Amino acid sequence: MASTNTDHPIETPFELARAETARKPKRMGRLNRWDTPWFNSKLITGVVIIGLILLIGILGRLFWNADLAYTASSPLNLPPVGFVNTRGQAGTWEHPLGTENSGRDMLALMIVGAPNSFMVGVIAATVGMSVGIILGFSAGFLGGRVDDVIRLLSDVSITIPALMVLIVIQALLKQIELTTMALLIALFAWPSPTRLIRGQVLSMRESGYVLMAKLSGASSFDIMFKEILPNLLPYLAASFIGNTTGAILAAIGLEVLGLGPQRVPTLGGTIYFAIEGAALLRNMWWWWGLPTLTLAIMFIGLLLINLGLDEIANPRLRQASQ
Amino acid sequence: MGGITFGYLARRLTVFFLTIWISATLIWLIPRVAPGDPISAMVARMTRQAGYVENSDVIIEGWKARFGLNDPLPVQYLRYLGNIIRLDFGYSLAFFPTPVNEIIGRALPWTVGLLLVAITITFLLGNFLGALLAWRQTPRLIKYIIPLGMIFTSIPSILAALFLIYVFAYMLDWFPMIGSYARGMQPAFNMEFIASVIKHGTLPALSIVLVSFGYWTLGMRGMMVTVEGEDYMHLARAKGLNPFYVLYRYMVRNAILPQVTALAITLGTLVSGQVLVEYIFSYQGMGTVIFTAIRNQDYTVIQGASFFVIVLTALSVLIIDLIYPMIDPRITYERK
Amino acid sequence: MTESKEARHPVLKVRDLKVYYETPKGDVLAVDGINFDLYEGETLGLVGESGCGKSTAAMGILQLVVPPGRIAGGEVLLEGHSLLGLPENMLRSIRWIKLALIPQGAMNSLNPTMKVCDQIKDVIIAHEGKRARKDIRQRILKLLATVGLPGRVYDMYPHELSGGMKQRVCIAMAIALNPTIIIADEATSALDVVVQRIVAQTLLKVKQALGVSMIMIGHDMGLMAQMVDRIAVMYAGKIVEIAPVADLFANPRHPYSQLLIESIPSLKERKPLKITEGITHDPRNPPPGCIFQLRCPFVMDKCRVVAPPGLEVKPGQIVACHLYQENKDGSMVNVANAAGNT
Repeated sequence: MASTNTDHPIETPFELARAETARKPKRMGRLNRWDTPWFNSKLITGVVIIGLILLIGILGRLFWNADLAYTASSPLNLPPVGFVNTRGQAGTWEHPLGTENSGRDMLALMIVGAPNSFMVGVIAATVGMSVGIILGFSAGFLGGRVDDVIRLLSDVSITIPALMVLIVIQALLKQIELTTMALLIALFAWPSPTRLIRGQVLSMRESGYVLMAKLSGASSFDIMFKEILPNLLPYLAASFIGNTTGAILAAIGLEVLGLGPQRVPTLGGTIYFAIEGAALLRNMWWWWGLPTLTLAIMFIGLLLINLGLDEIANPRLRQASQ
Repeated sequence: MGGITFGYLARRLTVFFLTIWISATLIWLIPRVAPGDPISAMVARMTRQAGYVENSDVIIEGWKARFGLNDPLPVQYLRYLGNIIRLDFGYSLAFFPTPVNEIIGRALPWTVGLLLVAITITFLLGNFLGALLAWRQTPRLIKYIIPLGMIFTSIPSILAALFLIYVFAYMLDWFPMIGSYARGMQPAFNMEFIASVIKHGTLPALSIVLVSFGYWTLGMRGMMVTVEGEDYMHLARAKGLNPFYVLYRYMVRNAILPQVTALAITLGTLVSGQVLVEYIFSYQGMGTVIFTAIRNQDYTVIQGASFFVIVLTALSVLIIDLIYPMIDPRITYERK
Repeated sequence: MTESKEARHPVLKVRDLKVYYETPKGDVLAVDGINFDLYEGETLGLVGESGCGKSTAAMGILQLVVPPGRIAGGEVLLEGHSLLGLPENMLRSIRWIKLALIPQGAMNSLNPTMKVCDQIKDVIIAHEGKRARKDIRQRILKLLATVGLPGRVYDMYPHELSGGMKQRVCIAMAIALNPTIIIADEATSALDVVVQRIVAQTLLKVKQALGVSMIMIGHDMGLMAQMVDRIAVMYAGKIVEIAPVADLFANPRHPYSQLLIESIPSLKERKPLKITEGITHDPRNPPPGCIFQLRCPFVMDKCRVVAPPGLEVKPGQIVACHLYQENKDGSMVNVANAAGNT
């Protein structure tokens, strides 16, 4: 009986589990530094994956010539080492991952492209998150008309298929910078953190410790940033990662359609050129396959982080609290 | 089961119309505040190319008239809104004088069809597996197998599309690489044509299902765990009911409700993903229309097709929202 | 109730029942070896403060303990047959026909997506098979009338009902199959006082009409006094005293029972509140000896070493406390009084 009846603190397994977490720090302190919910295997695996991709992007430039990511810097259509292309050419160590049809080195493309794709996601998610925090807290705390308007707008924004709007805009803009694209994507990245924070603020506002803080005369500002925000941290982190994923997804969509930045190499742009260059029919699998694989690994890393954060935010069984 | 209250209906319709209005405004506004006046630049580009394009004068004049580039901005905006409300997007620039709506009309059924099939399969399969993952009576083996099928979860559908096309169309040649039905076939209601459509639609649908059913599985599992802890589940067990009956009438029936809400929320992303998949497979839907238009710099078609997809999404969300009160008896009262 | 013991035979025997919850830091001994009988037609009250294990005991009897909880030992005999270890499908067929539950947490105990009629109907169909729709409808309407609910409730959803109405639906559901035993788990606690009375009266009326045996779990001593025949007092997973209701109120023997009775507020006199804190020991590591030693005002050296066995101090009144000893001639003596330090 996971009941909402607070009369029975140690009656159900769920309440037991909650009592457990609530009591832990008081009774025995932390057994050791690993005894924290943030030490979550999914979260750590995800962070390691994303970290490795970024590390390759940062350190790779030291060991590999990033200029090879631009047109006509290398021979055309070479396969990766150990493979032979349709014209019988074998891969060489000068271009270990091969090259594509306008003479770009695949390894350099990966080294330059992966951090670019990731950066778009982080910029868009940061902007979206900041707006979301402000709007979410306003809606949750002020309530009334403000809440109505913010809720309506976020319902609307979440319904809009962002990619479609971005396609129309970018088709006109033609030349676009990485950051401009990120900011455009951020236009659609605020509703989900807003909804999340609003919901959490509403439920926390009624919870014991916030009421206590209020009774003891803390200001709204103090309550917001000292009481509520720290407890929202895992939710915010999960929402941030979700937004990053969504933003990268949107960016890839635009790039694959040929609407991404043209001056800097991106993974999506590489796939666009591969499709345009009929890489599938010419069996140049490395051309589309390597950026696809890199992105897939990146997305799996982000998903793992998100799942890990989810487990931290809801210590398994949030149902007892209804 | 309980009618829809006026307030609920009004709110849903407001969201629907606001979605369309805000999207339309963003599409119009942002290029105009962007530096370098991209619209004039586009007209200039067209003028430069005029020598090579048939009917170029007519097109450019039509374009100028349509956008009323010399009118004050508010007038331009109102004219634009007026056109959009009537779903009048003018003529294709690349295939003048084909109306944009004719091009869209040819592609729309394919997109809607694929969307319905892909989303239905994804939603049902994902929730079914999620329920199995959370159900206590599910055999261990199944609980180990399901997560293995979820490795593609979170990968963009467009990447899955590339992978599938390479393995199943290029290497194994089990499915055709591109198109919605075999080339040279006349659309008709006969077995041959339908078989061809199914064969061509399998990989596109699969690229969407494969990457997204895992989300529903994870969500459903979470909801089932929550429902499992509810008091009514306890009573259901005490009643000595058939476990399958408890599973679908008590657990799934309640756990599915937030999933339906989630479907409405993620529909925009799903549609965007499908448009890209259509483009990869040269499926005759809106994705291919949009991509072809991008390549031809056919701005009216880009605008019209994208806007149609936006309307289609908003409409689907509206439909889900209107169906929802029928499956959740509480909704009509909570909204008061 | 019938006075002669021979005429009453127990429908339910609970022997040394243990229900433990597994936690990372050891088992929580939620129910730790309880014994009692439930006689035909009687109402047994199970009282104790929050967390003493009374609801868990009910789940143990119903065989509804879910992980991380488990039944760690003991025996539950329903009409002489053991329930422990019965396969799930056998249990399922016994449920509700023999053992019905009126759940705690009335607010959330009904499935929000099913009409009231369907929730009563499904239990009838599950145990009696398909019936003519008209018959079932008549039957459910009659059940609703029995608990004092109007017929329109039949077609309503739970969210359309008040807390008291929902609880009465639960009572109607519990009596739908004329069960042998009804376990009412805090059936009235979540309701406000007026509604509580109405529901309690409904319960009493139904019970008298059906002659069903009932276990009433709760912490409201005042309500218990009016509703039950015998009371078992639970503390930290153990039954410390069990007695006919009149005896317990007139002469509680166990120090904990005394505290409970004294804590009942009275209009006539103001009494200091005696019970100030809950169970003080870690439920994973109960102290050796008596379970109540940490809070007992009469604690002796012996209490810290030996767990007191149940002792029948008076016919029908069993106490687990070292304060009471059987003299050689068979009479009872209060050790504390004898030593002169009350």
